[in-house]
Amino acid sequence: MKNFSGSALFLDRSDINTDEIIPAKYLTENSKQDLKPFILEDLTLAGFDQSRDIDKAGVIVTRANFGCGSSREHAVWVFEVNDINVVIAEGFARIFRQNMFNCGMLAIELPAADIDTIMAMGADVQIAVDLEAATLTAKGNQEVTFDFDLNSFDKDLVGAGGWLAYADSKY
Amino acid sequence: MGKTTAEKIFAAHRRDNPSGENVVLDLDVVMCHEITTPIAINDLVERGLDRVFDPTKIKVVIDHVTPSKDSKTATQAKILREWAHRQNIKDFFDVGANGVCHALFPEKGFIRPGNTVIMGDSHTCTHGAFGAFAAGVGTTDLEVGILKGVCSFRLPATMKVNINGTLPDGVYAKDVILKIIKDLTVNGATDKVMEFVGPVVDEMTMESRMTLCNMAIEAGATCGICMPDRVTAEYLWPFISGAYSTVDEAVADFSKWHSDADADYDSEITFDVAELVPQVTYGFKPDEVKDVPDMEGTPVNQVYIGSCTNGRIEDLREAAKILQGRTLAPGVRGILAPATPLVYSTALAEGIIQIFMAAGFCVTNPTCGACLGMSNGVLAAGEVCASTTNRNFNGRMGKGGMVHLMSPLSAAAAAVKGCITDPRNI
Ligand code: SF4
Repeated sequence: MKNFSGSALFLDRSDINTDEIIPAKYLTENSKQDLKPFILEDLTLAGFDQSRDIDKAGVIVTRANFGCGSSREHAVWVFEVNDINVVIAEGFARIFRQNMFNCGMLAIELPAADIDTIMAMGADVQIAVDLEAATLTAKGNQEVTFDFDLNSFDKDLVGAGGWLAYADSKY
Repeated sequence: MGKTTAEKIFAAHRRDNPSGENVVLDLDVVMCHEITTPIAINDLVERGLDRVFDPTKIKVVIDHVTPSKDSKTATQAKILREWAHRQNIKDFFDVGANGVCHALFPEKGFIRPGNTVIMGDSHTCTHGAFGAFAAGVGTTDLEVGILKGVCSFRLPATMKVNINGTLPDGVYAKDVILKIIKDLTVNGATDKVMEFVGPVVDEMTMESRMTLCNMAIEAGATCGICMPDRVTAEYLWPFISGAYSTVDEAVADFSKWHSDADADYDSEITFDVAELVPQVTYGFKPDEVKDVPDMEGTPVNQVYIGSCTNGRIEDLREAAKILQGRTLAPGVRGILAPATPLVYSTALAEGIIQIFMAAGFCVTNPTCGACLGMSNGVLAAGEVCASTTNRNFNGRMGKGGMVHLMSPLSAAAAAVKGCITDPRNI
């Protein structure tokens, strides 16, 4: 199983789309590793600096409808190859969310008020996920634990290491 | 309690229920293109799983960048081509026979009412126009689809979208869907199936229904769906005439997929189009939409007519009505990308290509081209394009470029005026 903890990177905007996460011109790469430098290249967001922020980030915390737009799984792989295996958001576009679990990664939905709380914890927030308990703990200038919904199928996908391994053994 | 179309399709294709919320469906059609499939193929090969569940149910096209523009895109095409050959996939469309996936595959009759369809492409929702459940998926779902013929989905919640009234002159399916997305926002139908019903949809051609369903994803929807009817049966007739003795018989059979009158909808919205005017996007999200008259005079550098949204023959016919006897405004570049070889040859036969060329347009081969900024019409920073495509994301058609989405008629009007302008005044 992957590492589901790390330093939080706040992307405080709704509707961040897949073209912003990884522009189409990089879809000609045939290896996931080659995508690495281009993460969030077209995202213009006050306070976000790709060259400064990505190295230390382990968990993305963001707003509503994250990952909308294209079906490109490159948008998930570019996080994976940058050691970011958890995205916490108010909500996800369906395909992006499914792609995360299909890769054995976590797309966690929290209410807007909880996202507010995490984003108000200061600039250095550490997040750790407990998959069995379906809780996550955020530690900044305070420490708070949140429950989240994780349905049994999504949990099984993460446990199996993704949908291909799951489906290959079951169907 | 009755069922919606999507619920009926799910019930007929259910392979497994891995949880109370999730179902695994058997797939009728798995479609592949050269951008998202080669990585799936490479991964399957690496895992020693280089097989396909049923070569007759897999449809393959090279469409996004074709003919290949450089070594990388040539490699993607080669991986797909060799795989299709190796796996004995007969429905493979290469240079000369290829076109934009969501225009080409319907034209070949591959999508039927009641089908389950996936593709590694978000605009797969287009095929719901045939009364199918068709959803865009990522590469892993595509891999499993190729290998096992199944895909997992959450149980569908359906949003009923009633479209009432009569479309005014100069207003098209594109304007209707832009208005719907404006009202719903880009997140308004997330995880839902949008079922388009009402007199306006009943009157629409299959081409217009595809335009409508194509952009369901821009409101976040999993799929758009139209009820399969006589229009559907007549469109599909060349492909289904062996299965039914008359069109009437096909129409009657298709009705089994219609939502029941007492079906349980997640939500319901109603639009009246009687007062609708041409619509256009102004920002970097497809829900940032205004009436064309409110954008009157916005200068454009390029006009792009094509894509899976509006590159079909009726779109070209509408644009040609304005371009006939007129030319591009000074300083404006016009690009026409007919969506398929059949659209291209039909437009040639009808004299439409000549009208575009006389107006000063460049006519490209059928391809996605500028739509996603990978070839054939990428914008420079600061440039503006009036486009019949479906996405205006920042950087979509080239870094620093701005895309205004609109109907083919509005795009043609922009071409001859050099700015966004109300096509009804031309
Ligand atoms: S025309 Fe554009 S939206 Fe349609 S499949 Fe091609 S790239 Fe995607």
